[in-house]
Amino acid sequence: MANLKFKIQNSKFRKLWIGIAILIILSPVGLILPELLKAGGAWGEWGADEVEKIAGYVPRGLKKLSELWKVPIPDYAFSGWEQGLKSYIGYIFSGIIGAALVIGVSILIGKIFAGKNGNS
Amino acid sequence: MHIPDGYLGPITYGSLWAAVIPIWIYASKKVKELLKASQVPLLALSAAFSFVIMMFNVPLPGGTTGHATGATLIAILIGPWPAVIALSIALIVQALIFGDGGITAIGANCFNMGFAGVLAGYGIYRLVAGVRGQGSGVRRTRQLIGAGIGAYAGINLAAFLTAVELGIQPLLHTGADGRPLYSPFPLSITIPAIMLEHLFLFGIVEAVVTVSVLLYIKKSHPELIRG
Repeated sequence: MANLKFKIQNSKFRKLWIGIAILIILSPVGLILPELLKAGGAWGEWGADEVEKIAGYVPRGLKKLSELWKVPIPDYAFSGWEQGLKSYIGYIFSGIIGAALVIGVSILIGKIFAGKNGNS
Repeated sequence: MHIPDGYLGPITYGSLWAAVIPIWIYASKKVKELLKASQVPLLALSAAFSFVIMMFNVPLPGGTTGHATGATLIAILIGPWPAVIALSIALIVQALIFGDGGITAIGANCFNMGFAGVLAGYGIYRLVAGVRGQGSGVRRTRQLIGAGIGAYAGINLAAFLTAVELGIQPLLHTGADGRPLYSPFPLSITIPAIMLEHLFLFGIVEAVVTVSVLLYIKKSHPELIRG
Protein backbone atom coordinates (compact mmCIF):
# COMPACT_ATOMS: atom_id res chain seq x y z
CA MET A 1 0.00 0.00 0.00
CA ALA A 2 2.65 2.47 1.06
CA ASN A 3 4.58 1.67 -2.06
CA LEU A 4 1.57 2.23 -4.28
CA LYS A 5 0.80 5.51 -2.57
CA PHE A 6 4.35 6.62 -3.15
CA LYS A 7 4.11 5.79 -6.83
CA ILE A 8 0.91 7.80 -7.21
CA GLN A 9 2.50 10.75 -5.46
CA ASN A 10 5.48 10.42 -7.71
CA SER A 11 3.34 10.63 -10.79
CA LYS A 12 1.65 13.72 -9.36
CA PHE A 13 5.05 15.45 -9.37
CA ARG A 14 6.21 13.78 -12.58
CA LYS A 15 6.88 17.06 -14.36
CA LEU A 16 9.03 18.28 -11.49
CA TRP A 17 11.08 15.05 -11.44
CA ILE A 18 11.61 15.44 -15.18
CA GLY A 19 12.73 19.01 -14.46
CA ILE A 20 15.42 17.71 -12.07
CA ALA A 21 16.59 15.21 -14.71
CA ILE A 22 16.83 17.97 -17.33
CA LEU A 23 18.84 20.14 -14.92
CA ILE A 24 21.28 17.25 -14.34
CA ILE A 25 21.75 16.75 -18.08
CA LEU A 26 22.33 20.50 -18.52
CA SER A 27 24.63 20.75 -15.48
CA PRO A 28 27.88 20.83 -17.53
CA VAL A 29 26.82 24.40 -18.41
CA GLY A 30 28.05 25.12 -14.87
CA LEU A 31 31.53 23.99 -16.00
CA ILE A 32 31.56 25.26 -19.59
CA LEU A 33 30.41 28.86 -18.95
CA PRO A 34 33.11 29.58 -16.34
CA GLU A 35 35.73 28.03 -18.69
CA LEU A 36 34.59 30.23 -21.59
CA LEU A 37 34.54 33.38 -19.48
CA LYS A 38 37.84 32.58 -17.75
CA ALA A 39 36.37 32.50 -14.28
CA GLY A 40 38.14 30.44 -11.62
CA GLY A 41 36.54 28.67 -8.66
CA ALA A 42 34.48 30.31 -5.95
CA TRP A 43 36.18 32.89 -3.72
CA GLY A 44 37.71 31.24 -0.67
CA GLU A 45 37.27 27.66 -1.90
CA TRP A 46 40.87 27.18 -3.04
CA GLY A 47 43.07 24.19 -2.30
CA ALA A 48 46.16 24.65 -0.12
CA ASP A 49 48.45 25.12 -3.15
CA GLU A 50 46.28 27.96 -4.50
CA VAL A 51 46.22 29.64 -1.08
CA GLU A 52 50.01 29.54 -1.21
CA LYS A 53 49.98 31.37 -4.55
CA ILE A 54 47.62 34.06 -3.23
CA ALA A 55 48.89 34.56 0.32
CA GLY A 56 52.54 33.61 -0.27
CA TYR A 57 52.44 30.72 2.25
CA VAL A 58 50.19 27.90 3.42
CA PRO A 59 48.82 28.42 6.94
CA ARG A 60 49.83 25.36 8.99
CA GLY A 61 46.38 24.59 10.42
CA LEU A 62 44.80 24.96 7.00
CA LYS A 63 47.21 22.45 5.48
CA LYS A 64 46.69 19.94 8.28
CA LEU A 65 42.88 20.12 8.31
CA SER A 66 42.59 20.08 4.52
CA GLU A 67 44.56 16.81 4.39
CA LEU A 68 42.50 14.99 7.01
CA TRP A 69 40.50 12.92 4.55
CA LYS A 70 39.88 12.22 0.90
CA VAL A 71 36.36 12.26 -0.49
CA PRO A 72 35.30 9.71 -3.14
CA ILE A 73 34.63 12.16 -6.03
CA PRO A 74 36.52 15.42 -5.37
CA ASP A 75 35.10 18.44 -7.25
CA TYR A 76 32.49 16.28 -9.04
CA ALA A 77 35.28 14.83 -11.25
CA PHE A 78 36.36 11.20 -11.60
CA SER A 79 40.10 10.62 -11.56
CA GLY A 80 41.53 10.75 -15.06
CA TRP A 81 38.35 12.49 -16.25
CA GLU A 82 39.18 16.02 -15.07
CA GLN A 83 39.44 17.76 -18.45
CA GLY A 84 37.29 18.54 -21.48
CA LEU A 85 34.42 16.33 -22.64
CA LYS A 86 35.19 13.64 -20.05
CA SER A 87 34.85 16.18 -17.25
CA TYR A 88 31.39 17.14 -18.56
CA ILE A 89 30.29 13.49 -18.65
CA GLY A 90 31.74 12.97 -15.17
CA TYR A 91 29.85 16.04 -13.96
CA ILE A 92 26.56 14.56 -15.19
CA PHE A 93 27.36 11.24 -13.46
CA SER A 94 28.20 13.16 -10.29
CA GLY A 95 24.85 14.91 -10.60
CA ILE A 96 23.06 11.57 -10.94
CA ILE A 97 24.92 10.00 -7.99
CA GLY A 98 24.52 13.08 -5.80
CA ALA A 99 20.84 13.58 -6.60
CA ALA A 100 20.14 9.87 -6.02
CA LEU A 101 21.81 10.02 -2.59
CA VAL A 102 20.04 13.24 -1.66
CA ILE A 103 16.67 11.80 -2.73
CA GLY A 104 17.29 8.54 -0.87
CA VAL A 105 18.27 10.28 2.37
CA SER A 106 15.33 12.71 2.09
CA ILE A 107 12.82 9.89 1.63
CA LEU A 108 14.33 8.01 4.56
CA ILE A 109 14.18 11.07 6.81
CA GLY A 110 10.73 11.96 5.50
CA LYS A 111 9.46 8.43 6.28
CA ILE A 112 10.88 8.57 9.79
CA PHE A 113 9.56 12.00 10.66
CA ALA A 114 6.56 12.69 8.48
CA GLY A 115 5.09 9.18 8.18
CA LYS A 116 2.54 9.36 10.97
CA ASN A 117 0.68 12.39 9.81
CA GLY A 118 -2.19 11.29 7.61
CA ASN A 119 -2.52 12.00 3.96
CA SER A 120 -4.84 14.97 3.56
CA MET B 1 30.18 29.93 -0.36
CA HIS B 2 30.99 26.34 0.67
CA ILE B 3 33.75 26.75 3.26
CA PRO B 4 36.36 23.98 2.78
CA ASP B 5 38.20 22.10 5.54
CA GLY B 6 41.09 24.07 6.99
CA TYR B 7 39.71 27.57 6.52
CA LEU B 8 37.97 27.68 9.90
CA GLY B 9 39.77 27.02 13.17
CA PRO B 10 38.27 24.73 15.85
CA ILE B 11 36.61 27.58 17.78
CA THR B 12 34.55 28.62 14.78
CA TYR B 13 33.73 25.26 13.25
CA GLY B 14 33.05 23.81 16.72
CA SER B 15 30.65 26.65 17.64
CA LEU B 16 28.80 26.32 14.37
CA TRP B 17 28.43 22.54 14.76
CA ALA B 18 27.10 23.24 18.27
CA ALA B 19 24.67 25.79 16.83
CA VAL B 20 23.39 23.65 13.98
CA ILE B 21 22.63 20.44 15.92
CA PRO B 22 19.78 21.97 18.00
CA ILE B 23 18.55 23.61 14.78
CA TRP B 24 18.37 20.17 13.11
CA ILE B 25 16.56 18.72 16.14
CA TYR B 26 14.01 21.56 16.16
CA ALA B 27 13.58 21.37 12.38
CA SER B 28 12.97 17.59 12.60
CA LYS B 29 10.26 18.20 15.22
CA LYS B 30 8.64 20.77 12.94
CA VAL B 31 8.83 18.33 10.02
CA LYS B 32 7.02 15.76 12.17
CA GLU B 33 4.31 18.31 12.99
CA LEU B 34 3.85 19.92 9.62
CA LEU B 35 4.98 17.65 6.80
CA LYS B 36 2.37 15.16 5.67
CA ALA B 37 3.39 11.74 4.37
CA SER B 38 2.15 12.82 0.94
CA GLN B 39 4.69 15.67 0.97
CA VAL B 40 7.75 13.44 1.43
CA PRO B 41 8.40 13.29 -2.36
CA LEU B 42 8.33 17.08 -2.30
CA LEU B 43 11.01 17.14 0.41
CA ALA B 44 13.13 14.84 -1.78
CA LEU B 45 12.47 16.95 -4.88
CA SER B 46 13.46 20.09 -2.99
CA ALA B 47 16.70 18.63 -1.65
CA ALA B 48 17.56 17.30 -5.13
CA PHE B 49 16.80 20.69 -6.68
CA SER B 50 19.07 22.46 -4.20
CA PHE B 51 21.86 19.94 -4.86
CA VAL B 52 21.58 20.26 -8.64
CA ILE B 53 21.12 24.04 -8.85
CA MET B 54 24.36 24.47 -6.87
CA MET B 55 26.18 22.64 -9.72
CA PHE B 56 25.34 25.54 -12.04
CA ASN B 57 28.39 27.70 -11.41
CA VAL B 58 27.73 31.20 -12.68
CA PRO B 59 30.94 32.93 -13.79
CA LEU B 60 31.99 36.45 -12.95
CA PRO B 61 33.97 36.98 -16.17
CA GLY B 62 37.70 36.86 -15.46
CA GLY B 63 36.98 36.35 -11.76
CA THR B 64 35.28 33.82 -9.55
CA THR B 65 32.11 31.73 -9.75
CA GLY B 66 29.03 31.43 -7.57
CA HIS B 67 25.65 29.74 -7.68
CA ALA B 68 22.05 29.88 -6.52
CA THR B 69 20.94 27.71 -3.56
CA GLY B 70 17.15 27.59 -3.94
CA ALA B 71 16.77 28.24 -0.19
CA THR B 72 13.89 30.73 -0.28
CA LEU B 73 12.10 28.93 -3.11
CA ILE B 74 12.14 25.67 -1.17
CA ALA B 75 10.95 27.39 2.02
CA ILE B 76 7.99 28.84 0.12
CA LEU B 77 7.10 25.40 -1.29
CA ILE B 78 7.52 23.12 1.73
CA GLY B 79 7.83 25.52 4.68
CA PRO B 80 10.98 26.97 6.27
CA TRP B 81 11.84 24.12 8.68
CA PRO B 82 11.47 21.31 6.15
CA ALA B 83 13.58 23.54 3.88
CA VAL B 84 16.32 23.64 6.54
CA ILE B 85 16.37 19.81 6.43
CA ALA B 86 16.33 19.71 2.59
CA LEU B 87 19.24 22.16 2.24
CA SER B 88 21.22 20.40 4.98
CA ILE B 89 20.86 17.02 3.25
CA ALA B 90 22.15 18.53 -0.01
CA LEU B 91 25.06 20.27 1.75
CA ILE B 92 26.08 17.14 3.69
CA VAL B 93 26.12 14.96 0.54
CA GLN B 94 28.18 17.67 -1.21
CA ALA B 95 30.72 17.68 1.62
CA LEU B 96 31.01 13.90 2.19
CA ILE B 97 31.02 12.71 -1.43
CA PHE B 98 32.28 15.62 -3.53
CA GLY B 99 34.41 17.66 -1.11
CA ASP B 100 32.26 20.71 -1.93
CA GLY B 101 32.51 22.31 1.49
CA GLY B 102 34.57 20.74 4.24
CA ILE B 103 33.50 18.05 6.69
CA THR B 104 34.61 20.10 9.71
CA ALA B 105 32.74 23.00 8.07
CA ILE B 106 29.42 21.13 7.65
CA GLY B 107 28.10 22.98 10.71
CA ALA B 108 29.15 26.35 9.27
CA ASN B 109 27.83 25.73 5.76
CA CYS B 110 24.53 24.30 7.01
CA PHE B 111 24.16 27.25 9.39
CA ASN B 112 24.89 29.87 6.72
CA MET B 113 23.10 28.51 3.65
CA GLY B 114 20.76 25.94 5.17
CA PHE B 115 19.45 27.91 8.15
CA ALA B 116 20.16 31.66 8.10
CA GLY B 117 19.60 31.98 4.34
CA VAL B 118 16.39 29.95 4.49
CA LEU B 119 14.78 31.70 7.47
CA ALA B 120 15.76 35.23 6.41
CA GLY B 121 14.56 34.64 2.85
CA TYR B 122 11.29 33.11 3.99
CA GLY B 123 10.69 35.81 6.65
CA ILE B 124 11.04 38.57 4.09
CA TYR B 125 8.82 36.67 1.65
CA ARG B 126 6.09 36.42 4.32
CA LEU B 127 6.34 40.13 5.14
CA VAL B 128 6.02 41.22 1.53
CA ALA B 129 3.50 38.58 0.41
CA GLY B 130 1.08 39.37 3.25
CA VAL B 131 -1.99 37.20 3.86
CA ARG B 132 -1.75 33.55 2.87
CA GLY B 133 -3.79 32.05 0.08
CA GLN B 134 -3.89 31.41 -3.61
CA GLY B 135 -2.52 34.42 -5.35
CA SER B 136 -4.26 36.42 -8.03
CA GLY B 137 -3.86 40.06 -9.04
CA VAL B 138 -2.16 42.22 -6.42
CA ARG B 139 -1.60 39.29 -4.05
CA ARG B 140 0.12 37.27 -6.78
CA THR B 141 2.40 40.22 -7.60
CA ARG B 142 3.26 40.66 -3.93
CA GLN B 143 4.11 36.95 -3.62
CA LEU B 144 6.45 37.08 -6.60
CA ILE B 145 8.15 40.31 -5.50
CA GLY B 146 8.46 38.93 -1.96
CA ALA B 147 10.03 35.73 -3.26
CA GLY B 148 12.56 37.69 -5.34
CA ILE B 149 13.55 40.07 -2.53
CA GLY B 150 13.61 37.24 0.03
CA ALA B 151 15.84 35.09 -2.19
CA TYR B 152 18.20 38.02 -2.83
CA ALA B 153 18.41 38.91 0.87
CA GLY B 154 18.68 35.29 2.03
CA ILE B 155 21.68 34.39 -0.12
CA ASN B 156 23.36 37.69 0.77
CA LEU B 157 22.92 37.02 4.49
CA ALA B 158 24.46 33.57 4.01
CA ALA B 159 27.34 35.16 2.07
CA PHE B 160 27.86 37.79 4.77
CA LEU B 161 28.02 35.17 7.54
CA THR B 162 30.52 33.19 5.45
CA ALA B 163 32.66 36.31 4.97
CA VAL B 164 32.61 37.10 8.70
CA GLU B 165 33.44 33.52 9.74
CA LEU B 166 36.39 33.45 7.32
CA GLY B 167 37.53 36.98 8.15
CA ILE B 168 37.77 36.46 11.93
CA GLN B 169 40.21 33.54 11.57
CA PRO B 170 43.39 35.70 11.60
CA LEU B 171 42.08 37.30 14.83
CA LEU B 172 41.35 33.95 16.51
CA HIS B 173 44.29 31.76 15.56
CA THR B 174 47.89 32.74 14.87
CA GLY B 175 51.01 30.63 15.13
CA ALA B 176 54.17 31.42 17.11
CA ASP B 177 55.47 33.31 14.06
CA GLY B 178 52.43 35.61 14.13
CA ARG B 179 51.02 34.16 10.92
CA PRO B 180 47.39 33.03 10.72
CA LEU B 181 46.92 29.28 11.20
CA TYR B 182 43.71 28.97 9.20
CA SER B 183 42.07 31.27 6.61
CA PRO B 184 44.70 34.03 6.28
CA PHE B 185 42.49 36.81 4.90
CA PRO B 186 41.19 39.56 7.23
CA LEU B 187 37.62 40.90 7.35
CA SER B 188 38.71 43.89 5.24
CA ILE B 189 39.32 41.43 2.38
CA THR B 190 36.71 38.71 2.92
CA ILE B 191 33.69 41.02 3.26
CA PRO B 192 34.20 43.07 0.07
CA ALA B 193 35.38 40.04 -1.93
CA ILE B 194 32.40 37.86 -1.05
CA MET B 195 29.73 40.56 -0.69
CA LEU B 196 30.33 42.49 -3.91
CA GLU B 197 29.96 39.38 -6.07
CA HIS B 198 26.81 38.30 -4.22
CA LEU B 199 25.21 41.76 -4.08
CA PHE B 200 25.79 42.41 -7.78
CA LEU B 201 25.57 38.98 -9.42
CA PHE B 202 24.87 35.79 -7.47
CA GLY B 203 22.06 37.39 -5.42
CA ILE B 204 20.33 38.40 -8.63
CA VAL B 205 20.80 34.88 -10.03
CA GLU B 206 19.16 33.46 -6.89
CA ALA B 207 16.22 35.89 -7.22
CA VAL B 208 15.73 35.10 -10.92
CA VAL B 209 15.85 31.32 -10.34
CA THR B 210 13.38 31.63 -7.44
CA VAL B 211 10.83 33.77 -9.26
CA SER B 212 11.04 31.75 -12.51
CA VAL B 213 10.54 28.38 -10.82
CA LEU B 214 7.75 29.85 -8.70
CA LEU B 215 5.99 31.18 -11.81
CA TYR B 216 6.27 27.74 -13.41
CA ILE B 217 4.95 25.94 -10.31
CA LYS B 218 2.07 28.42 -9.96
CA LYS B 219 1.01 27.22 -13.40
CA SER B 220 1.81 23.51 -13.24
CA HIS B 221 1.06 22.77 -9.55
CA PRO B 222 -0.83 25.79 -8.09
CA GLU B 223 -1.91 23.68 -5.09
CA LEU B 224 1.70 23.56 -3.89
CA ILE B 225 1.87 27.28 -3.14
CA ARG B 226 0.26 27.89 0.19
CA GLY B 227 0.87 31.61 -0.14
